Amino acid sequence: MSTGPRRWTEALRSGLIWGAVAVFLALAGMVEALAGRQVVAGLPSLGVLLPPLSALAAGCHAARRAAGTAAALVHGVVAGTTTGTLVAALVLTGSLLDLRRVFVNASPALFRLLLFDRDLEGAWTPVAAAAVAGVAGAVGTLLPPRFTRAVVTGLAWVLALGLFQELVQLLLVDGTVRTAIRDVLYTTEALSPGGSALVFIVAAAGTWAWATHRSRLHQWAAELPPRPARLLRGLGFVAIAAAMLALPLVAGPFLSHVLVLVGLYVLMGLGLNLEVGFAGLLDLGFVAFFAIGAYTVGLLTSAGGLAVTHLSFWAAVPVAVAVSLIAGVVLGLPVLRIRGDYLAIATLGFGEIIRILVLSDFLRPWLGGSQGVLSIPKPEIFGLELAGPQHLFYLTLAASALVALVAARLRDSRLGRAWMALREDEDVAEAMGINLVNIKLLAYGLGAAFAGVSGALFAVLVGSVFPHSFQLLISINVLALIIVGGMGSMPGVVVGALFLVGLPELLREFSDFRFLIYGAALVIMMQLRPEGLWPAAAVRRELHAGEEMKNVRGPAG
Amino acid sequence: MRGGWPDKLSPVDAVLWGFRLVVLVLVVWGTIGTVLAAKYSGEVWLDFLVFGLSQGSIYALIALGYTMVYGILRMINFAHGEVFMAGAYTAYFVADALARSGHLDRYPLPSLLLVLAVSMTTSTLVGVLLERVAYRPLRHAPRLVPLIAAIGASFFLQYAFRGLYGSGFKAYPEPDILKGVWTFAGVRILKTQAVVLVAAVIMMLGLYAFVMKTKTGTAMRAVAEDLEAAALMGINVDRIIVTTFAVGAAMAGAAGLLYALVFKQVHFFMGFVPGIKAFTAAVLGGIGNIPGAMLGGLFLGLVESVGPILFLDGLGIVAPYQLKDVIAFTMLVMVLIFRPSGLLGERLAVKKA
Amino acid sequence: MRRLQSSLILMTALFALVVWAFAPTTAAGQATGMVKIAKAQPITIAYWLVVAGPDASLGIDIRRGIELAIADKGKVAGHPIRLIGEDSGCNAEGGVTAATKLAANPAIVAAIGSSCSSEAVPGAPILWKAGIVTVSPSNTAPSLTAPDRGPGFDGYLRTAHNDKVQGRVAAEFARKALKIERAATIHDGSPYAEGLANVFAETLKKMGGTITSQEAIAPTDTDMRPVLTKIAAGKPQVIYYPIFTAAGGHVTRQAKEVPGLAQAKLMGADGMFSADFLRAAGAAAVGMYHSSPDLSAEALGPRYKEFLGKHQKKYGEKPLSAFHAHGYDAAMIIFAAIEKVAKTDGTGIQIGRKALRDALFATKGHKGLTGTITCDKHGDCADPKIAVYQTESADASKWDPGKNPRKIYP
Repeated sequence: MSTGPRRWTEALRSGLIWGAVAVFLALAGMVEALAGRQVVAGLPSLGVLLPPLSALAAGCHAARRAAGTAAALVHGVVAGTTTGTLVAALVLTGSLLDLRRVFVNASPALFRLLLFDRDLEGAWTPVAAAAVAGVAGAVGTLLPPRFTRAVVTGLAWVLALGLFQELVQLLLVDGTVRTAIRDVLYTTEALSPGGSALVFIVAAAGTWAWATHRSRLHQWAAELPPRPARLLRGLGFVAIAAAMLALPLVAGPFLSHVLVLVGLYVLMGLGLNLEVGFAGLLDLGFVAFFAIGAYTVGLLTSAGGLAVTHLSFWAAVPVAVAVSLIAGVVLGLPVLRIRGDYLAIATLGFGEIIRILVLSDFLRPWLGGSQGVLSIPKPEIFGLELAGPQHLFYLTLAASALVALVAARLRDSRLGRAWMALREDEDVAEAMGINLVNIKLLAYGLGAAFAGVSGALFAVLVGSVFPHSFQLLISINVLALIIVGGMGSMPGVVVGALFLVGLPELLREFSDFRFLIYGAALVIMMQLRPEGLWPAAAVRRELHAGEEMKNVRGPAG
Repeated sequence: MRGGWPDKLSPVDAVLWGFRLVVLVLVVWGTIGTVLAAKYSGEVWLDFLVFGLSQGSIYALIALGYTMVYGILRMINFAHGEVFMAGAYTAYFVADALARSGHLDRYPLPSLLLVLAVSMTTSTLVGVLLERVAYRPLRHAPRLVPLIAAIGASFFLQYAFRGLYGSGFKAYPEPDILKGVWTFAGVRILKTQAVVLVAAVIMMLGLYAFVMKTKTGTAMRAVAEDLEAAALMGINVDRIIVTTFAVGAAMAGAAGLLYALVFKQVHFFMGFVPGIKAFTAAVLGGIGNIPGAMLGGLFLGLVESVGPILFLDGLGIVAPYQLKDVIAFTMLVMVLIFRPSGLLGERLAVKKA
Repeated sequence: MRRLQSSLILMTALFALVVWAFAPTTAAGQATGMVKIAKAQPITIAYWLVVAGPDASLGIDIRRGIELAIADKGKVAGHPIRLIGEDSGCNAEGGVTAATKLAANPAIVAAIGSSCSSEAVPGAPILWKAGIVTVSPSNTAPSLTAPDRGPGFDGYLRTAHNDKVQGRVAAEFARKALKIERAATIHDGSPYAEGLANVFAETLKKMGGTITSQEAIAPTDTDMRPVLTKIAAGKPQVIYYPIFTAAGGHVTRQAKEVPGLAQAKLMGADGMFSADFLRAAGAAAVGMYHSSPDLSAEALGPRYKEFLGKHQKKYGEKPLSAFHAHGYDAAMIIFAAIEKVAKTDGTGIQIGRKALRDALFATKGHKGLTGTITCDKHGDCADPKIAVYQTESADASKWDPGKNPRKIYP
């Protein structure tokens, strides 16, 4: 087809959008912050590569809409060049005006980076680099999808292993095999060129092979007679269990600690899932019960001055659970008749009330105020102190498994079905003879009890409890993780927690941009997968009906 | 319509009445204690009142935009506080330049109008972009999905502006004409606060007139009633929703500037807490209800200012102002128990449409 | 599909087991107690500070101080310095996470952090268990360097001022120099401010003064007029509010607007002793008192001013908070200690962890930006000289500690 003027402007538009993204990344400080971070030793740093990567995306975006090979390439060039031109324009403006009065990051150092370490006469370089990247992006859309997928997967692995090099290297500090792997893959601060090539080839070839043999494997699995199939599945579960048990030994203390944090959020997520996912009761103050669990254990077991008694951890946990449960019911009572969005702010208020109370000077003689509750002993089991994160991982794993079992039984019980009815339509549920008061209070109480378990574990993990740990952010995070995982889906809670708690923890070294990326990821996730990463079966079925609706409405952007 | 609750006294009702009684007893006891202690003179009480009202009018200003978007779209725009921040923060650079060059004091009115225009334009731009990029694709998604997207957008905007403008806070210049105090009939009020109070009333009336009297306003109410039916009636739904966001965001921009003139500091995190407070105010008044947002804001401001001293001081509680949010949220729950959809009820659209 | 998923997970699990089997773990931690650094390789220093989230300016401010120290120092014992770090979130669990991660990295020679005392309480013992000594630029809670702090804190020092010292000096100044009888305090719920306010109140009471009220606010509050009106009813002669710049600016400005407080003297601490505070508070800051480490030119020479110039050049803005100089000093005493204990051999240098710790605790008479730094046996290194300043001009460009605000005590 011909490339009409409208098409041209579309390519231009892609270029402008991605150019704006590149300029934003530069001005927001990401280019400079990532300038010291090499993925592969010897190649330009990730920061310097950000604008060309934007141009690549622009080229890809523009070429997708073009008809025909030539048109796609032309669009790629146009979009890429436009992106690069915007970057160059930023540098030129910066050299004329003192942009730094407004944009703190618009420093001469940044402009040098954008020009690939050249002075102003190198202003053409970002344009040229972006044009090349734009073509590359366009080429990417023209190649057979299987090929592109293999290349992209290979690059993604290189990027991941390069970005997380510090963590991966920590895993490979000792043992002959491990150090050998490390020496092949890494230099001190980045992937070695040889290592990255190896990673790329293995990952790309793996993807290619998987694409080739996938259907055959599917068929093989589908045609297995029932007995071996059952055997295979059984073996799979055994292997998962074994892997979970071996995980902390492989992962080392830091990753174990991250996994414990993920576990704490899984516990909270399972609790909130009872309220929001099963019963449809929005709760933005869930952190309150986490705090109550943590403070109860702290006050009952602490060796410090605020302790009420000196119970053992095992005796304190049931108390913490009971206290949280009661707190859940107490919160539930006044908000019983509040619906929908009003509930959001009422519960948010409850979370804030608890945080402010534990912080307050008023209750300081009993709760420690901002100085917190200190010296909480670690739990002991058969004389063995569960001290490090690797030990506590097992405790968290056991607690999560137990709570997940309870949650699954609840879901499939009469009560669970009543909750679902409540979620679908409160009035209808009542008309069907369901006692709304009881099931609502049970949802609040049981959900809170789960969070109490989480809080109890948190208290011993950290060994001290401070009001500052119970911010609104935690409530928001728990709610977000169950939506991202898939509303009402229990595996979704785990996936959501890994994604929204585990990943940010691993990204701690990108601290300045953690929340920026977190926010953007939430927005993008909701657009790409509104049903969540691992939706519950019912939602998945509904989605199929929704798919047809979508087609009627036409592509949504 | 809402809830087919039985008329006879259920155990829940008994508990709720108990809850009300406890709060009431505490409030009365505290009040009597405070009054008997007579630590504060009548004038001081008047000051508390004025401070509360002026803080409340700021909440009301932000709540107006919040409630409008909610009323039309039934969506909690969690990022509204960030839209507010974007305007005030960006306008700072203009205000600062004007102050440095002396124009702010030489031509105060045109300068302030210019700063206001910048603030409102920026906020509008951010608001419209937000709708286009983050919310529009989710218009038919399940209820909580847009909420999470809005929360994500809120973080993104905070840290995007932190990246652009830096993490320190900036001190807003003070125009000479807004310095000082006015006294009306014995009531002292700071000039800035008086301006905010007046502006809040004007903006509320303007917004109300816009939604009720103009053609666009009618279309907005139609969209609020029934999106599909409105589309069938030939209303360009996308355009109306963008307009709603634009107007709501422009209000936030104006509120941002007024806030900056009163408190004289801007910061990338400045929108978060006022955003939540404004949300609370909107809920107090009945979400979607424009006069309700005004009333809710003023009520919240008053409770925060007078509440701690009146109710808690008499109970002998130390540092009562640390607990002002506890009082505010307890009051919120109390109001919602009595009136589950806010002081003035939900949705202004229904009655008049 | 289900079946396929489980077989996939099976493969992953098998892979994990193989890795585990092939590589037997040694005991966790640094068995050798010695860091070897090959020729031309960098010495790794790590920070654990709050550099993200609402309290980020506190940690970023310190990190910039460290970065400027590294730039000033150039090389340590002939090796370049590599700074890595973790966000610690200004809460206990963030402190644990950051410390756990740093502890797992055997390349780290020493750490700088944490920013908030709540992070240090659980975090410092984790680092010391791995043999990493840490110097905090902004923890002020007295318990961290108390004699009974426990063996977990053997590797913990600080260049920040213990609240005990600063709160006491502030109260002595108020009582002796200003002849104050009645005072009120405000804190913002941070352990730093709460600690200072309490020490101030207790000291003043011991010296025969009266505390009319002890109030608290939230750091995000903006409308301070109601709480100030309440304070005014007690007719205090001085209000002591050792909080941070943003809220401190609001209190300072609004105190002038509240009837009954026109005569009350205002007093803050080092958390808002900066040029930025003058901007936040405007003309209301004139006449206000601050307790702070002695930053005057006669005590430090022109170095702090030079530091500010470099800061502006590199970051395009003024320091964000009050602890950048403490961060600079923390980095500098670590570098000095490394140079003292590093042993050179043919392949590079070796740094003994225990020796480094001892060398840090032996720091004496180091001329830093915050005064002369000498560490005691409990890890308190800050110069005990606390001065009180009075602001004379609210023009932020004239900010020059010693002259404006003028040093008036001792």
